[in-house]
Amino acid sequence: MKFFNKENSSAAYMFLAPAMISIFIFFFIPVIAAFIISFTDFDVYALSSYGYLRFVGFRNYIQLMNEPLFWTALKNTFYFVIFAGPLSVCVSLAAAIMLNSKLIKYKGIFRLVYFMPVVTTLVAVAIVWRFIYHPRFGLLNYALGFVGIHPIDWLGDPNWAMPAIVLMSVWKNFGYNMIIFIAGLQNIPEYLYEAAILEGANSWQQFKNITVPMLAPTTLFISIITMIGYFQLFAEPYIMTQGGPLNKTLSIVQYMYQEGFRWWNMGYSASIAFVLFFIIFIGTLIQLKVQKSSEEV
Amino acid sequence: MKKYLLYGFLIISGLITLAPFIWMVSASFMHDGHASVYPPRFFPDEFTFEQYIALFSRLNITRNFLNSLFISVIVTGISLIFNSMAGYAFAKYRFKGKNKLFNLLLSSMIIPAQVTMLPLFLMLKEFGFINTYMALIIPGLANIFGIFLIRQYALSIPDSLIESARLDGATDFQIYYKIIMPLALPILVTLAIFTFMGTWNDFLWPLIALNDSSMYTLPVALANLMGEHTKDPELMMAGSVLTILPVLIVFLVLQKYYIKGIMMGSVKG
Repeated sequence: MKFFNKENSSAAYMFLAPAMISIFIFFFIPVIAAFIISFTDFDVYALSSYGYLRFVGFRNYIQLMNEPLFWTALKNTFYFVIFAGPLSVCVSLAAAIMLNSKLIKYKGIFRLVYFMPVVTTLVAVAIVWRFIYHPRFGLLNYALGFVGIHPIDWLGDPNWAMPAIVLMSVWKNFGYNMIIFIAGLQNIPEYLYEAAILEGANSWQQFKNITVPMLAPTTLFISIITMIGYFQLFAEPYIMTQGGPLNKTLSIVQYMYQEGFRWWNMGYSASIAFVLFFIIFIGTLIQLKVQKSSEEV
Repeated sequence: MKKYLLYGFLIISGLITLAPFIWMVSASFMHDGHASVYPPRFFPDEFTFEQYIALFSRLNITRNFLNSLFISVIVTGISLIFNSMAGYAFAKYRFKGKNKLFNLLLSSMIIPAQVTMLPLFLMLKEFGFINTYMALIIPGLANIFGIFLIRQYALSIPDSLIESARLDGATDFQIYYKIIMPLALPILVTLAIFTFMGTWNDFLWPLIALNDSSMYTLPVALANLMGEHTKDPELMMAGSVLTILPVLIVFLVLQKYYIKGIMMGSVKG
């Protein structure tokens, strides 16, 4: 402990300065500025001269609540999070459990293959999937033809566009959480399973009574990061559907982007960003609460 | 029996995962119109480089490729230095407000980046940085996840090493780059891959901050191209292959570090 003297703390500040200064200027100040902007009428006129800027109180937020398109975007985003989130987590867990099995060799190769979509550029794979979803020539309808399913106009049918985006997102992302689950599974002590087998527990009982509770912290972490990421849905619909058909895939971030950077309604757009932040914040709190109360039971 | 069932399942899932990539590569080597057929082809009927040639000669994608490469390398280099210094300080120094500052950083990780984009745009516009490389480099100078990752790793470096170097008369900075940096090499590689891929793959911010097609990064150029070539899967697949290839190579070469990084990032601080 001797070397932690006063002199050293000035060295610490030196090491911290570059990162802290850039994070404060280019992250924290913008967050605060966005909050302030959301209470102004910042628009294309203010962009040319700040003299036109006025405080308008909660007007942007009130306008937002009365805007049907905002509710559409909100509903679509929730639809996406509620379906793609749990589905991603389940597929990841299933893949992790299979890959963690002692019966399996060549784990590295399978892991590599499942992980490939994660590292690839979202814009590029969204373009690939746009053609995979082609109603006549697409791979998916071709594959579904073998099990007798008639061609679906995935991205053109208002009822199928969002499920198509969900499917693509699960494909793109499951490898990431799979890796975290594998790490979690490897931390479960082997003797728990051995004891369970001695007592005659079958695979399902082992899964339910050992794997699931022991993985709870991992699952919580994964659920939270998946939810935070999925609420920020943007590139997939932007590339594949442009928010259509009939605004059925318009997401909150796309709505924010359009209002802010296409129509330059920056005050209004900032209020959308804060509603998104608020939702993510509440969503995280709920997950932490649910986890805590289930631990107490 | 159970073993074969498991293998069957894993192999089928693997093929499903790979199918989009296989089709992408195959279509990218086809003549115009040859990918729009039923049933879909997993191999080109007549092999051609015509789509790649069109991208490089007519559509000038070389410039976009170099933009992406330049920005990703610069951001990775600078942020690696900034993040490692800060992460080291959080792990091995005692200073006033350390825990408060660290907790503030950690909890602000749930703030979505989109919140910062409007003011950041206005700020960089004031500086005259919009539509320049600076607009993409500046927001990536340091990041909280990177600092966290380095700190976690640096915590495991024994204090005695630092102490003995100090007794030998090493300055703080010498200790940082002669002792800490070499010991932290694995995590630095991990963070470098994360940053490089994150910057390369980023879409929304480059879309906002760049408005000249010669400044576009590859993903933005590709999205833009998609608007004009919705009926040309062969050309678009060649563009997708070019965009994905560099990150895929980085991943394949350094996958050990990448996967370790994900596992470390998921450990509670």
